[in-house]
Amino acid sequence: MASLRDIKGRINSTKKTKQITKAMQMVSASKLNKAEQNTKNFVPYSEKIQDVVTSIASSSGRAQHPMLESREVKRSGYLVITSDRGLAGAYNSSVLRTVYQRIRQQHTSADEYKLIVMGRIGRDFFEKRNMPVDKEIVGVADQPNFADIKDLAAESVQLFTDEEIDELYLFYNRYVSAISQEVTEKKALPLTNLNDGETKAATSSYEYEPNQEEILATLLPQYAESLIFGALLDGKASEHAARMTAMKSATDNADELIDDLTLSYNRARQAAITQEITEIVGGAAALE
Amino acid sequence: MKTLTVSVVTPDGPALEDAFEMVSCKAESGELGVLPGHIPMVAPLSISAVRLKKEGNSDRMAVSGGFLEVRPDKVTILAQSAEKPSDIDIERARKAKERAERRLQNKQDDIDFKRAEMALQRAINRVSVYENNF
Repeated sequence: MASLRDIKGRINSTKKTKQITKAMQMVSASKLNKAEQNTKNFVPYSEKIQDVVTSIASSSGRAQHPMLESREVKRSGYLVITSDRGLAGAYNSSVLRTVYQRIRQQHTSADEYKLIVMGRIGRDFFEKRNMPVDKEIVGVADQPNFADIKDLAAESVQLFTDEEIDELYLFYNRYVSAISQEVTEKKALPLTNLNDGETKAATSSYEYEPNQEEILATLLPQYAESLIFGALLDGKASEHAARMTAMKSATDNADELIDDLTLSYNRARQAAITQEITEIVGGAAALE
Repeated sequence: MKTLTVSVVTPDGPALEDAFEMVSCKAESGELGVLPGHIPMVAPLSISAVRLKKEGNSDRMAVSGGFLEVRPDKVTILAQSAEKPSDIDIERARKAKERAERRLQNKQDDIDFKRAEMALQRAINRVSVYENNF
């Protein structure tokens, strides 16, 4: 049996770990709150821009724009959203696994795809596997502003416009609830599924200044950028939720461990006392 | 006097929502003034100041990457960024302006050039909205 001192040491270190995980859990909980708020703030913008885009795209004129048309896919773009730091449970590994399998199945050489990665964990993952990361951004704030990722979003959209890539998929964890996040694959470009919302688009017919094509040309890139930003906000909320859950279970496990260790500590102490008494009694008996 | 509801929305949340008598802004095709009862319209905005008039006072906002949606009683401005003069970080805008000017002087490739030009426009817009001269 381990000595009293050993057990005491383990109890103490477990307690300290527990303090840390507990603190991280509470930090993540408050960050999750803010992230949810950010997502909420973004809703009016995304709804409105979608509204206008659908109403233009599905209006009678049948406006044409390269971003609305599927073309033959020679190279796919994957935008992967991961976190900068670990200790978030399966948050990173599940999304990375999905992307990795997808690439393995669909592509035979690195020329057929381009990776755009947000987050240090994702970047390191692909670098380790010798998969070229075309664009990356690390150190995105926990409460990102649109300005933080505007450049990356604009560059990603530009890749599509320049026909460097012929489709763009977003991979991220969708925030379902504090305990559930789903890996989601979303086709961002080309925007072929806009006409799903046709029923609602008929509400108003607009006058376009100067004309539909010009508006689409400025609006569609903005819309695509907003999709990327939306995915990032969702991903951030999921990250904090995942970290909170992971830290909660770590705290629970630490509690359990401490209970077990305390039990064996008490048992060991009792055994030591019993042994001491036996020795004293034995010694006294030997004197008589 | 009739008013129209103006809401300015950015990806970071609503920036302004209030009733005004007139909105004037600079669309890509030229200066544009909107009064209540305007027909529904959509127009992209250039990087510029939006002026909002109410009871003789005029508010202004620096807007970039946005467009304007007009309905008879409501104007919605969707922009990638929109700031009131009081929210503008003037130091940062001035620095951004200098940086962009420097970059434009030592011309590199096209993409950088374009980007620097946009950055310069945004910075100049912010500074002029802040200083109230446009």
